Amino acid sequence: MVEIRDGKKVLITPISAEDLKDIRIGDIVYLDGSLTTCRDVAHRRVVEEGREIPVDVRGNAILHAGPIIRPLENDKFEMVSVGPTTSMRMEKFEYDFVKITGVRVIVGKGGMKENTERACKEFGAIHCVFPAGNAVVAAVEVEEIVRAEWRDLGMPETLWNCRVKEFGPLIVSIDSQGRNYFEEKKKIYNKIKDEQVELISKQVGFIK
Amino acid sequence: MSNEKQVEKMTDIMAKFVALTGKILPDDVKAKLSELREKEDDPMAKVIYDTMFRNQELAEKLDRPCCQDTGVLQFWVKCGTGFPLIGELEALLKEAVIKATKEAPLRHNSVETFDEYNTGKNVGKGTPTVWWDIVPGSDECEIYTYMAGGGCTLPGQAMVLMPGEGYEGITKFVLDRMTSYGLNACPPLLVGVGVATSVETAALLSKKALMRDIGSHNTNERAAKMEKLLEDGINAIGLGPQGMGGKYSVMGVHIENTARHPSAIGVAVNVGCWSHRRGHIIFGKDLSYTILSHKGAKL
Ligand code: SF4
Repeated sequence: MVEIRDGKKVLITPISAEDLKDIRIGDIVYLDGSLTTCRDVAHRRVVEEGREIPVDVRGNAILHAGPIIRPLENDKFEMVSVGPTTSMRMEKFEYDFVKITGVRVIVGKGGMKENTERACKEFGAIHCVFPAGNAVVAAVEVEEIVRAEWRDLGMPETLWNCRVKEFGPLIVSIDSQGRNYFEEKKKIYNKIKDEQVELISKQVGFIK
Repeated sequence: MSNEKQVEKMTDIMAKFVALTGKILPDDVKAKLSELREKEDDPMAKVIYDTMFRNQELAEKLDRPCCQDTGVLQFWVKCGTGFPLIGELEALLKEAVIKATKEAPLRHNSVETFDEYNTGKNVGKGTPTVWWDIVPGSDECEIYTYMAGGGCTLPGQAMVLMPGEGYEGITKFVLDRMTSYGLNACPPLLVGVGVATSVETAALLSKKALMRDIGSHNTNERAAKMEKLLEDGINAIGLGPQGMGGKYSVMGVHIENTARHPSAIGVAVNVGCWSHRRGHIIFGKDLSYTILSHKGAKL
């Protein structure tokens, strides 16, 4: 579901492909509901080993991250600090991961490439960036850690299934049309960069 | 005070100072980020800066590390030959990191190579990193603390250019890194550039350049001019906060240099991310201390 709340566009899980139809790269959204941390080894288990993911992420969101967690009593946990890790490391698994799990929103750091673009377009999903280095903001937007699965992977790699409230800002970097914000930006950055190299080079001829 | 007591005291102060470094950004970084935030008018850049400032406020209020990657600890020590704990310093800094890791808390970021296991203490063989400058005739000890994150300052790059490539080659080397490695290092960046005679001399200078206060300049006029040219050039690329676009890409460009062999120009680039967690403290011989990076901070 999509809701506009105080001018903020909030995605509420479960999310449908229809909900994402009008969301475009560069848009800023927030998330309410189910968000599960999921990174390198968990992707490998699902895609390469064909294991069933023990947290149902269909229609929900995953976060590429390894958090700092404080254990509380009665098998409960508190999120101390959580921030996205480089999404690019998951790129080679992401097409199959989206296909198998039906996840709708992937949150991480930096851009991703063709596999993810293809997955977003074919299955109706988006990739978003949570501004990295803001671990405390992200942690306080987690209301509760609902479940912890695949604990054998250790704290950073465990699937921490969280209930989040207005988790964000999430900046859409790949939309369900398969457009890619970073790839489009990079073309512009590189063009200006080449011009600047030329410009500066004219002024630093110190070896005569 | 007995030597043992002195070691204990300095370990304690350094553990607290390391924890502080992980929670509160130094004054110069805070001031520069405020300035850049004011100057950005793009709505997306504004939302990102607002998040960054909210994060720093929350980190201070809730007493938590501001970024989850609390890095590998790196210390640059300028130690007087007359400083009483010169012999104990390296072991003491390691102990301080172990203590800070528990108390702050910091993430466990030390994996032994080849044996490939996480020590769980945030220290290991050769970590924390300590660089030494020995200062003859002084009885003070000046320490820079730095949390070196996995995405920013650890993956720096160095290369030796041929003299024919000149400072034009240095320019290209630096700018090429900005749209690749720099883009993912959480801009706005502090860019450290080393210009020296080999890969390792240039590399170390590029790191030391990041310890300089933002707004300081190289004392050589041409080097200072190049700092400014690179700063304007990289800003023009428009990376903005998080590399998502904006008017500014960097908090500054710092060049450090030495002489070189006639047939080689060593150049290195090392970037600090927006969350540039650097501390600067000076100890007197009686272990009284002054914190230069965070004015008014209490340990
Ligand atoms: S680059 Fe810096 S701010 Fe970004 S995640 Fe790494 S340590 Fe944190």
